[in-house]
Amino acid sequence: MRNNSVRVIALAAALPLAALTACTTTDPSVTQTTAAGTGSPAASSPASKDWFDQTLYDTQNQQRSASFEGDPEQPYLQYIAGAMTDTSKFAAQGPQKVCFANASISNPWRQTGWITMNQQLKALQGAGVISEMETRDAKDNDNTQIADIDYFIAEGKCGAFVISPNSTAALTQAVERACQTGKPVVVFDRGVETKCATTFIHPIGGFAWGIDTATFLSEKLKSGDKVVALRILPGVDVLEHRWAAAKKIFEEKGIQAKDYFTGADPTEIKKIISDELATGDVKGVWMDAGDGAVSALEAFEDAGKALPVMTGEDEMSFLTKWKQTGIEAMAPVYSNFQWRTPLLALEKIFKGEQVPTEWVLPQKPILADELDDWLQRNEGMPSGHYAKFGGEDLDGYPEVWQQRQIP
Amino acid sequence: MKQRAGFFQRLSSTQIVYVVALVTLILGALLVNSVGRSFFSPGNISSILTGTSVLGFIAIGQTLVILAGSLDLSVPYVTSLASLIAAGVMANSPNNVLSAVLLTLAAAAVIGLANGLIVARLHVHGFIATLGVGLIISGYLATNFKGSFGQTPLAFRLVGATGLGPVPISTIIMLACAGLAGLLLHRTRVGHHLYAVGGDIAVARTSGIRVDMPVITAHVICSVLAGMAGLLLASRLGVGSPTVGSQGGYDLLSIAAVVLGGTLLSGGKGTIAGTLGGVLIFAMLDNIMSVMQVNPFLKDVVRGVVIVAAVAVYAGRRIVSRPERFPANGPAETPAAQPVPVEGP
Amino acid sequence: MSTALNSERSAILKQNRASRSERLLRAVRTPGGAVFVLLIGLLAAIMVLNPSFGEPSSFIRFVGRTAPIAIAAIGQYFVIVGGEFDLSMGSVVTMQVIVAGNLIGQDDAKVIPVLVLMIVLGAFVGLVNGLITTLLKVPSFIVTLGMMLALLGLVLYWTGGAAQGNPAASFRQIGRGGIQDVPVLDIIPYPVIILTAVAVAAFILMRRPFGRMLIAVGDNPAAAALAGSSVWWVRTRAFIMSSLSATVAGILLVGYAGVHPSVGRGYEFTAITAVVLGGVVLGGGRGWVLSAAAGAFALESLFTLLNFMGVQATWRDTVQGTIIIIAVAAASRSWQRKRKGASSAAHDEQHQLAATPTPTEGTEQGGERV
Repeated sequence: MRNNSVRVIALAAALPLAALTACTTTDPSVTQTTAAGTGSPAASSPASKDWFDQTLYDTQNQQRSASFEGDPEQPYLQYIAGAMTDTSKFAAQGPQKVCFANASISNPWRQTGWITMNQQLKALQGAGVISEMETRDAKDNDNTQIADIDYFIAEGKCGAFVISPNSTAALTQAVERACQTGKPVVVFDRGVETKCATTFIHPIGGFAWGIDTATFLSEKLKSGDKVVALRILPGVDVLEHRWAAAKKIFEEKGIQAKDYFTGADPTEIKKIISDELATGDVKGVWMDAGDGAVSALEAFEDAGKALPVMTGEDEMSFLTKWKQTGIEAMAPVYSNFQWRTPLLALEKIFKGEQVPTEWVLPQKPILADELDDWLQRNEGMPSGHYAKFGGEDLDGYPEVWQQRQIP
Repeated sequence: MKQRAGFFQRLSSTQIVYVVALVTLILGALLVNSVGRSFFSPGNISSILTGTSVLGFIAIGQTLVILAGSLDLSVPYVTSLASLIAAGVMANSPNNVLSAVLLTLAAAAVIGLANGLIVARLHVHGFIATLGVGLIISGYLATNFKGSFGQTPLAFRLVGATGLGPVPISTIIMLACAGLAGLLLHRTRVGHHLYAVGGDIAVARTSGIRVDMPVITAHVICSVLAGMAGLLLASRLGVGSPTVGSQGGYDLLSIAAVVLGGTLLSGGKGTIAGTLGGVLIFAMLDNIMSVMQVNPFLKDVVRGVVIVAAVAVYAGRRIVSRPERFPANGPAETPAAQPVPVEGP
Repeated sequence: MSTALNSERSAILKQNRASRSERLLRAVRTPGGAVFVLLIGLLAAIMVLNPSFGEPSSFIRFVGRTAPIAIAAIGQYFVIVGGEFDLSMGSVVTMQVIVAGNLIGQDDAKVIPVLVLMIVLGAFVGLVNGLITTLLKVPSFIVTLGMMLALLGLVLYWTGGAAQGNPAASFRQIGRGGIQDVPVLDIIPYPVIILTAVAVAAFILMRRPFGRMLIAVGDNPAAAALAGSSVWWVRTRAFIMSSLSATVAGILLVGYAGVHPSVGRGYEFTAITAVVLGGVVLGGGRGWVLSAAAGAFALESLFTLLNFMGVQATWRDTVQGTIIIIAVAAASRSWQRKRKGASSAAHDEQHQLAATPTPTEGTEQGGERV
């Protein structure tokens, strides 16, 4: 009896293995893909990456002062002149369906962008460009996003793909599979390690952010002054580039910068700043994202120390606190309006118009003289809203963003 | 009425899980149909089964650990570490695949051994022991790995991408592992001892079982299976990643799947088949909610409610069913009295 | 009762009791007592590295900012000593923080009503947790896990993922402000006062019948039920207390940290770590409530120490993991040792019990025969 059941199970296990050799369906794109991307070369390389890339640094440094094609009143359509992709093969009649594989809406920046994107979608639906946009949210999970893209390829009947990758290397193959369908593929926000996308939309980049902010702080402070750098997480390339550039400039100018990881938790930020203030004077605060900027300043207030020179982000909480306390500050941006551009790019693509292969959007920080203007444009917005959301001319402004109902 | 209640009572927990899975399937088919898709199309089935693979490996291991009366919260970190070791050693060369796989599983086994020893020898509760080991690994990963690392070669990536029709290879491997685990539990001495130790450790010890061995074995197998999940993820992603385990929330989800499958959290009762049913329910739920484009925040609400509701369904059941000796309404009909051998005074 | 009997008894008790210092030493050697030693050691180490930390004004501020997690640890203690888990604590904190931010706005008049609402909400969550655990017999691990997911999802859905902003300053004063111009200390932050009140209340509560029953329920629920206690109501009250303490922690954090959806994330695991560090046994039945609070302080001191030592922040998790394994391993050895009665003091000659008084003959009507 016992032996019988064991035999049955063994047989049952062997059958699929035998059938395996006979008929397997391999995703054809996987066999055809060449070793995509570089990754870290060989096992001998040290585990910790050095994020500083001189070439990219120089390119982005130049792009900070480059001239952008297009109307400055519509920064979400501006780009730096360069190679263009011919999209005549994608020209289509009638409204098309778009499939959007979103990494997540797990932080206020992404939530703001997602609301803006949906308002833009409504505008384009009204104009008959897009019929519908099906979205799959991967909740910050690489594995899920790969499955989402594969689902779209198999079941989505998509007229176009829009992908906001959760991480660079892991999503590369999935994006290539999407490219292989022959439909236009628009990648935005984070990139992937393949050039097959129709267009890759992003603002200038992290190194430019780091240069802008570190230069500002170094100019306002003297050599030897202490700056506390608040970083959210290690290992996220968009954030690591910012710090890599800033660190380099701080070292050059003799600013003592000490970096901490905060997880974007305001409690942590306050503790870190309080501890630092207990050991000495802190003259400046550098942040790689705007979350929690308020609690950083409050730590100074609670300790009774002079407020620092600070760089935050264009998040409303930071801008209002900046205005309120009158500190010397600047707000770098990771242009939130980039969430409008993918759908507008698709509008061009469906018409067969050329689009830049690498669509570099402007990334202008908010300086003290512009603060009032931006505060006025975003009056009544919640504290997690981003000033440069770029949706002032869309339907529903300002209520949709004020009420912040996630579509 | 009495008959229906009796029928329900006679169903084992495992069977109830599959009833719930069937209900989910029917509901899913209806809902997905309402948005114009077919629940049973190859792409959809493939998507659901892919969703069962990674969680499935981990949940099988977690079943063994929970049956032994312990818990394993270190699985996400073991999975991340495994993906990093695998991708790092393979370094895009097909020759390294075998050595990478063996090294990864060996490393996972060592971690499992550490877990098991801390639980069994140092008498630390499984929750704390594995939480501690998980945090130790987490610190190591955060310090030494900044972003994705290594590269898996094409030959290895095929595992995560190919399928037998709509059934992915990874699911088949996972089911094979489930079969082996089931064999272990029901046909080997270690398996029987596992149930005994989980049921009542004092009784097991006085019955002469070496109570350390089953617990340590369970932890080792659980970590090895988490290592396999890491290998699968390395295959799908093409790189190793220090966050891939925590991204999936596999620790709490695997425990939820195991309990959903009818295994008692205190140990001693449960089946692998039940766990697979729980994993399937989660995968179908995720699939249905994604196809219907449910707000991502509400997805968590649904998951939470489903977990609690499904467990509540069979949590109130009697664990051991005995005929009542003193029923509420009058004396019970005594079964035909067996002559009891009377001992001498 | 006769005073003669009483005075005889107290004389015997005084004779048999160990000296005060020895009792203190014995208490320190338990896991619940050892955490205080650990805490003192860590604080001393911090002061060595950074003398300004020892200044009264700095120190009291440190106590103030640790107050929220200490209060959460006290709440988690009630649940753990009763034999359960409460994984929903972090989500309750986040929910309360966002409710405060969104409903109060800048309107001072709304502070009191919203405060009442927050407490009602907290109690309600605890009640639901408790009832599903006790009446539906779902393991508390699962119930609170489900509650954690569902609560966070609901809150984020309601607010669209980001809160409105920091509420009125008057409400935030609870967490940020304090009694000013105190001599020596410079300021007594309100969180310190609230923490003291909560700790005293918890200590008294554990000495009341409820506290004793809670430990009995955690140790052996079947025996407690047979002894007549209403196990389900005891456990449910423990859950309510846990959620209420998370609410109080949330109120303090609104002031300290401000309103943000990431406030409170992971609080439940930090609270469980603190409770376990304080020598409370997972599975229930043993441990002191003040040790749980001390465990929270020990954890915070450890992180502050690591900060001042310049240890890379990424190693924090590793240190935390090692510490809790060592702490629980040591605690379980110590509890086992006590169980086996290996205490040598009991056999010491000095402590030979003096003869107990022989009882006097009673009467048929009760009382003592004169």
